[in-house]
Amino acid sequence: MAELTYRDALRSALIEEMDHDRRVVLIGEDIGVYQGTFRVTADLLKRYGPGRVIDTPISELGFVGAAIGMAMLGLRPVVEVMTWNFSLLAMDQIVNNAAKLRYFSGGQVNVPMVIRGPNGAGVQLSAQHSQSLEATYAHFPGLYVVAPATPAEAKGLLRTAIRSDDPVIFLENAALYGMKGEVPDSDFALPFGKAAVARSGRDVTVVAYSRMVFAALTAAEQLAAEGIEAEVINMRCLRPLDAATIVESVSRTHRAVVVQEQWKPFGAAAEIAMRIYEDAFDQLDAPVERVTGADVPMPYARTLEVRAVPHEADIVAAVKKTLGKD
Amino acid sequence: MSAEAKTVQARHRVLGLSDQDVLEMYYYVALARALDERMWVLQRAGKAMFVISGAGHEGCQVAAMWPMDKKLDWFVPYYRSVAACLVKGMTATDMLLGLFARATDPSSGGRQMPGHYGHPRFKILSTSSPVGTQYPHAVGIAYASRLRRTGEVTMVSIGEGGTSQGDWHEALNFAAIHKCPVLLIVENNELAISVPLRKQMAVSSVAVRAAGYGMPGVTADGSDVLECFRVTREAYDRAKRGEGPTLIEFAVPRLGSHSSDDQQERYRSREELEQVRKRDPLLTFRAYLERVGLLTQGTLQDMTDRVRREIDLSTDEADRAPLPQPDTATRHVFYEGE
Repeated sequence: MAELTYRDALRSALIEEMDHDRRVVLIGEDIGVYQGTFRVTADLLKRYGPGRVIDTPISELGFVGAAIGMAMLGLRPVVEVMTWNFSLLAMDQIVNNAAKLRYFSGGQVNVPMVIRGPNGAGVQLSAQHSQSLEATYAHFPGLYVVAPATPAEAKGLLRTAIRSDDPVIFLENAALYGMKGEVPDSDFALPFGKAAVARSGRDVTVVAYSRMVFAALTAAEQLAAEGIEAEVINMRCLRPLDAATIVESVSRTHRAVVVQEQWKPFGAAAEIAMRIYEDAFDQLDAPVERVTGADVPMPYARTLEVRAVPHEADIVAAVKKTLGKD
Repeated sequence: MSAEAKTVQARHRVLGLSDQDVLEMYYYVALARALDERMWVLQRAGKAMFVISGAGHEGCQVAAMWPMDKKLDWFVPYYRSVAACLVKGMTATDMLLGLFARATDPSSGGRQMPGHYGHPRFKILSTSSPVGTQYPHAVGIAYASRLRRTGEVTMVSIGEGGTSQGDWHEALNFAAIHKCPVLLIVENNELAISVPLRKQMAVSSVAVRAAGYGMPGVTADGSDVLECFRVTREAYDRAKRGEGPTLIEFAVPRLGSHSSDDQQERYRSREELEQVRKRDPLLTFRAYLERVGLLTQGTLQDMTDRVRREIDLSTDEADRAPLPQPDTATRHVFYEGE
């Protein structure tokens, strides 16, 4: 075990995979000389050279497309998008090409690529740098969608992502890069589609992912002081979605709150809540509650941004509602 | 033999092409055309939902594919690349299996529309309906080849309409920066479905754009098969020498409608259609081979019979192939293991 930041956990996974497998190449804007906008690729240009650490022109569509070509040829490109918001420029390559090439080749063509970068709000970068795009990408068959919350998950899931034979949407979070945590040594990997119980409890199940896991854990602390024991489930992946772990929990607590950082309509919380209704309706003693962000483009001013994303108090209120204590 | 015949005969020989080579090239042009025509008949007869044609483009495609190493090199086609894919190794049966969306369709197992050719075994990869996306793929493939020092060259094709897409420009920029071993082919038939060249770009030719990316650009008459061969081989040799990409534009006639979903008579005049038919590479190449005495009435008939037989057999074979099992619809979304 070593204590690493989320950023260094990602970086150590890149280093170990690049040492382990010459097919792994990095590609993106400012990842070489500049060492990455969030310094995830610090020093990697010096270690691996410009052939494997490729600073690109400003052209998301072009370099994501080129990475697809490299992947089809058997390289394992890890693409850094400066933020996931810029992936919208490459949407056609991701959705119409990366996600469909295996299917459209009748299973003959692998596209082993990872696209990674910060997703979501929280560091005052306004609406074109702060969107949460997990539900958008999780909608499309052919893409894995991963959203690690802790440094250990960042490392374990990135390793699995790089070794995957299909495209992986790897959603980091700018507010988490500096967070420290214990990361197992050696060849540590976490499987896709396996949620973690971040805190055990008997009264209510709170489902979250990425940064919202920490809001949920803080809320659980506050609830515990009032005698309410919340179980917090950290999803880790949205596709595949580990419904079994949620259903098992809800079968014990009989209540559920689903948390997501941003827009409520057609969001991940709607999908997760519906899976609970489909698979555990008879277990529920109250309707599933959703805690979501404000339905606005993310504002810049701190006071406005803070208001536009969910907080512990919102989760506490939702939990109490499921318990009839509002 | 007349003096004129000697001069023209020298042309393919000067380029290093044997008589057998040019006859074989003509065979592929004729095969692609016959296959194209058969596909339209089958579509009109209700045997296929959709056809998209390469008619008029066959000469430049066969010529461009000729210098390529069929086993070593990569080809990233677009939906008019019938002739190029045939030269690269696909068969008429392969293409008709795609047309009929059969389980054994080598491109996609009946999952992608007809005309979206792919055949990994022959190193033919990736076709998508949004035009232009194949260009960055090809550049990435070429980058990977260079990184691995495999000596592979990649060829990618597109129509002139597709060159308006961002993908195309971003790919050229990337290819030039990294000196990728890639031949960037544009088959300019001056129509993107119905939109004419003057509404597609303000420059007179696509090839002049190469200067903006720092690579050579060349235009050749797509009805002059030997000239198409000459410029492509030059670009191929450049790529092999590590000197990077070349933009190659072939000026070609589009003989048919864009696809089976439109009627070109609605946006092309009778005069225009008469004019483009004169540029048909099947006719111009045949005329050359007749002039140099390589095709006579007898050998032409033999060739036509050979093509007809192949298309008939392929149609029967593809028609007999089974449809995909319905319960396989959800297969091949993610890796399923060896």
